[in-house]
Amino acid sequence: MAKPIIDLANINVTFKQGKEVVHAVKDVSLSIEKGDIYGIVGYSGAGKSTLVRTINLLQKPTDGSVTIDGESFFKDHQQQLSNKELQEKRRNIGMIFQHFNLLNETTVIENVLFALKHSKLDDDAQEKKALELLELVGLKDKADFYPVQLSGGEQQRVSIARALANDPEILISDEATSALDPQNTNQILDLLKQINDKLDLTVVLITHEMDAVKRVANKIAVMEHGQIIERGPLQKVFLQPQQELTRQFVGGSLAAVDTLRAFNLDHLADDEELFQLVYNGNNVTKSIIIALYKELGVEASMLYGNIEILGGEPVGTLFVVVKGDDKQRQAAVKFLEDNKVTVTKIDERRIWNE
Amino acid sequence: MSSFLPNVVQLGWGGDNGWGTSIIQTIYMTVWPAIIGGLIGLIFGIALVVTEPGGILENKVLYSICDKIVSVFRAIPFIILLAFIAPVTQAIVGTQIGTTAALVPLSIGFFAFYARQVQVALKSVDQGKIEAAQAIGSTNKDIIFDVYLRESRSELIRVSTVSLISLVSLTAMAGAIGAGGLGNTAISYGYDRFNNDVTLVATLLVLLFVLIIQVIGDLLAKKLNHQDR
Repeated sequence: MAKPIIDLANINVTFKQGKEVVHAVKDVSLSIEKGDIYGIVGYSGAGKSTLVRTINLLQKPTDGSVTIDGESFFKDHQQQLSNKELQEKRRNIGMIFQHFNLLNETTVIENVLFALKHSKLDDDAQEKKALELLELVGLKDKADFYPVQLSGGEQQRVSIARALANDPEILISDEATSALDPQNTNQILDLLKQINDKLDLTVVLITHEMDAVKRVANKIAVMEHGQIIERGPLQKVFLQPQQELTRQFVGGSLAAVDTLRAFNLDHLADDEELFQLVYNGNNVTKSIIIALYKELGVEASMLYGNIEILGGEPVGTLFVVVKGDDKQRQAAVKFLEDNKVTVTKIDERRIWNE
Repeated sequence: MSSFLPNVVQLGWGGDNGWGTSIIQTIYMTVWPAIIGGLIGLIFGIALVVTEPGGILENKVLYSICDKIVSVFRAIPFIILLAFIAPVTQAIVGTQIGTTAALVPLSIGFFAFYARQVQVALKSVDQGKIEAAQAIGSTNKDIIFDVYLRESRSELIRVSTVSLISLVSLTAMAGAIGAGGLGNTAISYGYDRFNNDVTLVATLLVLLFVLIIQVIGDLLAKKLNHQDR
């Protein structure tokens, strides 16, 4: 396994609110590898922002350690860097926010130049760099506008240019698309994906919108009550969610369960089994169900089917009841697996009798 | 003119009690405290915002000291402050009476008022902008100058206008320690001697003065604001 670029270990964050102590993040460990687009989803108040703010120590953990790119930022309740060093290190971690947080009394290009204030480049090179970044986000022609003259999506683009000014290795997006309309949201997400590819940037994407994560992330973690309750590669978490909350977030799965329940089958016959089949988009054109019947004479009846676009790839999900004797059913599973279909046996009691 | 406003004309232009002298005294008593008290007030206003709990240079002791100093001087009625700090005035400018002596209490009175106004103006800067600057790796100096002061500049102009106008009304009380000015003319040569025409003209001149400050302030605030559509 590659060395993680972000390594948060046993992070706890508590706040005092009057007399009450709020435990915002509870013993969370999280490793993010270089080049990942790591989505962190959860409802507001789940502790996502607080957790992610410990990466650049905008939020100091109460306990735990923060190691970025092999360098210890925080451990043993102590910041491991001087404030000046921390300021320098923060330039390696870009961050964008829900409300953009641009400086409104300066022009678009001045906003980007503000981030370059401590850069070693001379003035001309800084200006050139700022214009290049604005070109990257598609706003070169609006360099001399003031932020309020731009749309929300454009303002977020400026803040992305600002965040990238010092060639960071990490970009943190804190609900950056939550204040935007769907079209702008998708454009911003695609831009993040494009930057991730082009600049080999590691992206941490906090959001409460599953669609955002589905579109660009390759890994995801689901947070609730200050803890990560589920994590893993996007497709796995998305298609086989283990936790109830995750199922709520991955709407597709909830729809599947609802549909299955609507069939109102009390139980399956002894020679029947319920399977979830997950297959990559490349296999979409072949009909597996027909192949099953032709090759093995096994009947599979489809109860639910759906195709999702996950990380740019179409992924199909089928819920099927396979009918046949033990041997036939085993052969069917093997046949499917040989055809690169992920087969998961679903305990039907969980769907009809819980 | 002399038949409508006989006493106004009688006071004349120059001389110790002349209109020109009073106007210059009022300007003098406005400009210097505005600069001296304004600078100190600005520093205190910034200090209050950056050292407050959750501020970028959080420091409970310093915050508490600044806060108490400002509160105390804000609480003392100016006419009492004039008398109360006479020994300090003596030590600084060598006299307790006259226009120059008034600069000390005026600066102090103005500083305390202005510090609170600056504090409010700076607090109007969205905390998110401060956080974004920190995330970029800005130094505290960058945050104070490029974020707090620059982002609130239009608001700062507005509160400065309000503060200057309140300073003009403080100068009117400075007559109590022989500082002269238009306020003194209105009271000593107008009200006290039943010369209503003098009071009227002095009042109109003060109003004009305030109006000029207000108009310039509004224009500047509008010119420097790019935040509101």
